[in-house]
Amino acid sequence: MATKVIMPKLSPTMEEGQISRWLKKEGDKVSMGEPLAEIDTDKATMEMQALANGVLRKILISEGQSAPLGQLIAVIGEPDEDIASLVSEAPAAAPKQEQKKEEPPPQPQAQPQEQPQQPQAKAAAAAASTVDNGRQPQAAASSDSARLIVSPLAARMAAEAGLDLRSLQGSGPGGRIIKKDIEAALTQPKAAPAAAPTFPRAVEPPRFQQAAASGYRDEPASEIRKTIAKRLVTSLGPVPHFFLTTEIEMDRAAEMRAGINALDPDLKISINDIIIKVTAAALIQHPEVNASFQEKFVRYYEHADIGVAVAIEEGLITPVVRSADQKSLSEIAAEVRELAERARSRKLKPEEYTGASFSISNLGMFGIDEFTAVINPPEGAILAVGAMSAKPVVRENQIVIRQMMRVTMSCDHRVIDGATGAKFLQTFKKILENPLYLVV
Amino acid sequence: MSKQTAAPPSAAKAEEQQSSTGVMDAPADVDKHQLKRERDSAKERQKDRLSGLGADELIELYRQMLLIRRFEEKSAEAYVAGKIGGFCHLYIGQEAVGVGAISAIRQDDYVLASYREHGLALAKGMTARSIMAELFGKATGCSKGKGGSMHMFDKALGFLGGHAIVGGQIPLATGTAFASKYRGKDQVTLCFFGEAAVNQGAFHESLNMAQLWKLPCIYICENNQYGMGTSLARAMSLSDIAQKACAYEIASEFVDGMDVLAVREATQRAVERARKDYLPTLLEVRTYRFMGHSMSDPGNYRTRAEIEKYQERDPIKLFSASLLEEKIIDDKALEEIDRKVREEVEDSLKFAEESPLPDPEELYTDVYANPIEPGRK
Amino acid sequence: MATITIREALNQAIREELARDETVFLMGEEVAEYDGAYKVTKGLLHEFGPKRVIDTPITELGFAGLGVGAAMAGLRPIVEFMTFNFSILATDQIINSAAKMLYMSGGQFNIPIVFRGPGGSAFQVSSQHSQALESWYAYFPGLKVVMPSTPADAKGLLKSSIRDDDPVIFIEQERMYGNKGEVPDDPDFTIPLGVADIKREGTDVTIVARSLMVPIALKAADALEQQGVSCEVIDPRTIRPLDIDTIVESVKKTNRLVVAEESHPICGVNAEISAEIMERAFDYLDAPVKRVSGADVPMPYAKNLENLAIPDVNRIVAAVREVAYLD
Repeated sequence: MATKVIMPKLSPTMEEGQISRWLKKEGDKVSMGEPLAEIDTDKATMEMQALANGVLRKILISEGQSAPLGQLIAVIGEPDEDIASLVSEAPAAAPKQEQKKEEPPPQPQAQPQEQPQQPQAKAAAAAASTVDNGRQPQAAASSDSARLIVSPLAARMAAEAGLDLRSLQGSGPGGRIIKKDIEAALTQPKAAPAAAPTFPRAVEPPRFQQAAASGYRDEPASEIRKTIAKRLVTSLGPVPHFFLTTEIEMDRAAEMRAGINALDPDLKISINDIIIKVTAAALIQHPEVNASFQEKFVRYYEHADIGVAVAIEEGLITPVVRSADQKSLSEIAAEVRELAERARSRKLKPEEYTGASFSISNLGMFGIDEFTAVINPPEGAILAVGAMSAKPVVRENQIVIRQMMRVTMSCDHRVIDGATGAKFLQTFKKILENPLYLVV
Repeated sequence: MSKQTAAPPSAAKAEEQQSSTGVMDAPADVDKHQLKRERDSAKERQKDRLSGLGADELIELYRQMLLIRRFEEKSAEAYVAGKIGGFCHLYIGQEAVGVGAISAIRQDDYVLASYREHGLALAKGMTARSIMAELFGKATGCSKGKGGSMHMFDKALGFLGGHAIVGGQIPLATGTAFASKYRGKDQVTLCFFGEAAVNQGAFHESLNMAQLWKLPCIYICENNQYGMGTSLARAMSLSDIAQKACAYEIASEFVDGMDVLAVREATQRAVERARKDYLPTLLEVRTYRFMGHSMSDPGNYRTRAEIEKYQERDPIKLFSASLLEEKIIDDKALEEIDRKVREEVEDSLKFAEESPLPDPEELYTDVYANPIEPGRK
Repeated sequence: MATITIREALNQAIREELARDETVFLMGEEVAEYDGAYKVTKGLLHEFGPKRVIDTPITELGFAGLGVGAAMAGLRPIVEFMTFNFSILATDQIINSAAKMLYMSGGQFNIPIVFRGPGGSAFQVSSQHSQALESWYAYFPGLKVVMPSTPADAKGLLKSSIRDDDPVIFIEQERMYGNKGEVPDDPDFTIPLGVADIKREGTDVTIVARSLMVPIALKAADALEQQGVSCEVIDPRTIRPLDIDTIVESVKKTNRLVVAEESHPICGVNAEISAEIMERAFDYLDAPVKRVSGADVPMPYAKNLENLAIPDVNRIVAAVREVAYLD
């Protein structure tokens, strides 16, 4: 029976190995324990021993090439045995390698490492509030910016008693406020504020005026804000955007929506759900748009995984409706609602907001007529959807009132050309204006 | 010292000549006729030995060696496939040592070993399943997945561990032998270690105590000629290990480790000394590992020709040839044994693969036998 | 209650356990015919014979390992190191065998063994004979580490250690063997491992001290009382597992902590207690925790230098005054 020779694990930490030399040629006899090849691992160059008897029938990874642990690199078998099926299991060397080296799919917006950072953030917030306790009444006093020195116990006692630490004189080393000082202050509660008459609370300017006067406020950028910044810069910088705009007559789509919701009010289909469905349908007809540029190759997606931008308190996040082309409108509607809800409560898992093939951003609810959106790499395009509004339009030489909506598609020119994008938009417009196409 | 009953070194030396069936490293100037005469007489002795055991017992020895060989081959496969982690030290080539020696003791006797112990654990009666599952780090392993390749244990079967600091098991084995004598029992301890462990202080400290206090411990030095990649000649000023027993007036023998019956008989003699008179013995068993020190061995310290030279004396092939020659077994029966052994190994692999990983809660169990909640009054 | 020395208390504990349990035996250098280098094992050979009380060659690694092996086979060895300085030779067997055997055998082989002997400084025995190694052994999960400071503790804790099913490092103090105290007469008197003892109650500053530092801390507390400072002195008695709760409770009351030890300061038990208190009682601290440790140098021989290297009453008093903001 033919035996697979796989890239062996030759050290506890090895992940891939490079064939530095084959010690047998195809057709050579090999026996168990005999050295077959020399392999460069992360630790050393080592001999790989044969683990079967027979003839080295096929070498699949040539000298100098690397393969990950466990990949088929050769086949040992009887001289006349059919090994075709075994050999066909091996991934063609070149593309496999490229895929191996391909960067992990970039993750938009929020990052998974957010989780562990939360306690830190909490601690930082706690620390900030502790400092606030001391600093707030002091805000106007520019003369005294010295750090407040206080023992952990005294800080806690002061916080519990609502005592203003700045009003106290520390008796410990370097003016550290210690338990004794708090106890002294608490035994004469009325006297304590009087002890610091220079900055009475009453005349202290309210915090907001203070902020307005100085004109700005520095707040540490949240992790999600930093990520958004980083991601969008990597987009508009290296990604050559171009924009295509079209205006769509939405009356039939609106009619369809009203019709469906009349049938079953629980469905709560929105115009946006219809847009998602239509986008997916159009993408399947234009696979060249349902694609991404990956430096060494262009990736075309089998299904339309539509990212839907959702505004959340800290920024935005793009949960993904997977295989929207295969889902019914009601399924899409339910899924979008559910994803958006969890997006707002920050409960999405990383795999739920990464890896879309195309995104939609809708600012119609804010009354925006038309805008351009920044592509979320490595996706090839994003569709910016404006508000639907009644407008006079000319139809058959008549001025009529129609519900119109403008959409602008941002395309990555590395993968989508002008005409390609335009054709996609044409299809999109056609279906959206006559949603019956969805069922045809 | 007046009660010294151990064979004096010179007698041990004489016995060594008798007990070895073949000279592994014949010096270049050895007379060829002399060599032939020795071989012929070795053949005769082999015949005698075979006749001393029933066919079932002989075939069982063969089966055990083959089981170890197949088990280790499968371990190697599973290791390179990434299913076994950490280190993995194979016993291939040394099967006759463990099987021969352990066949000479009872189940209530103790065995302690180094980290090259899969084969010894099998010979002591542990199942392929419990060992393979331990290699896979599974909850069903003999050490619940907490020990791994180098730390196999089975209390019920008297297998007291693989130990992974070179020579570390030698004082421990001296201690289990001490316990047997303390209790007045006639249990013996077999302590296996490689020749490189002989350079550790633990070896010398143990042999001194064992003879001083007359402890029933049999020290079996598996001299496979390399401590990792350093040959004996590069590591030991006096490389005749059996001779080191002289320093402690311990009986010793030189044994051909490729001959399972020679190992068995030498061990039997040592066991008798230990059971009857609480006396230790040092056996130097010349063997050879056909595979690397561990699975991550670059193999650049010895030649292929050298390995092939020793493979000619593969202990399993030698023994099956003897069995065939004496018509104790035929080819068909050999094939049948191989089939069954392969089945057993396949079954252990399947068992290991399908077994669950240890429960995360196991992380904190077995640290203490009497865990203490600090502060409890 | 009889008043006896720590030496006698330890001797009683070993004698009672040898008599109680046939599987207990004692081995070490000079424990039998010589009656013990420090006379802790005096008379035991005579009473129990050479099978149970065994003189070993000077072969620490060997007999430590032999003890662990005997424990694997069900015996309960008491292995004496003439001093813990020599245990350094045996660390491979203590750490790699005794501490880990139960775990790596998946719960099959526990090691009921006691390694005991004096640790810390003696009188002018210089660098290689004056080492406090408790932080070494306390580092390893699988070991228990005990350090008594009174005759009653010595007896009760040693009996518990011998009866315990895990390896116990039992560190005595040569300077303290002659210290006297009351010990209950009850032959079943034991003290559980893992329980700290409040040697003196107080309200202003907590002092945690062990072994040699306990009597010194108590003297410091006396002196401080004269100065109007009330000290609580806690002896953890068991270093691993450490009864940190008792220390935390005390610090919550006093808000100040001084930790005293003979050993070097780096990575020591004081450092560990300080970290625990920072984690568990941060909000109760009115001053930073103050460590008083042995000098960070090998032990010198000259009497005056040796005195400087070991914490004394004055250093503990100064530390307490510092955390009480008195200076």
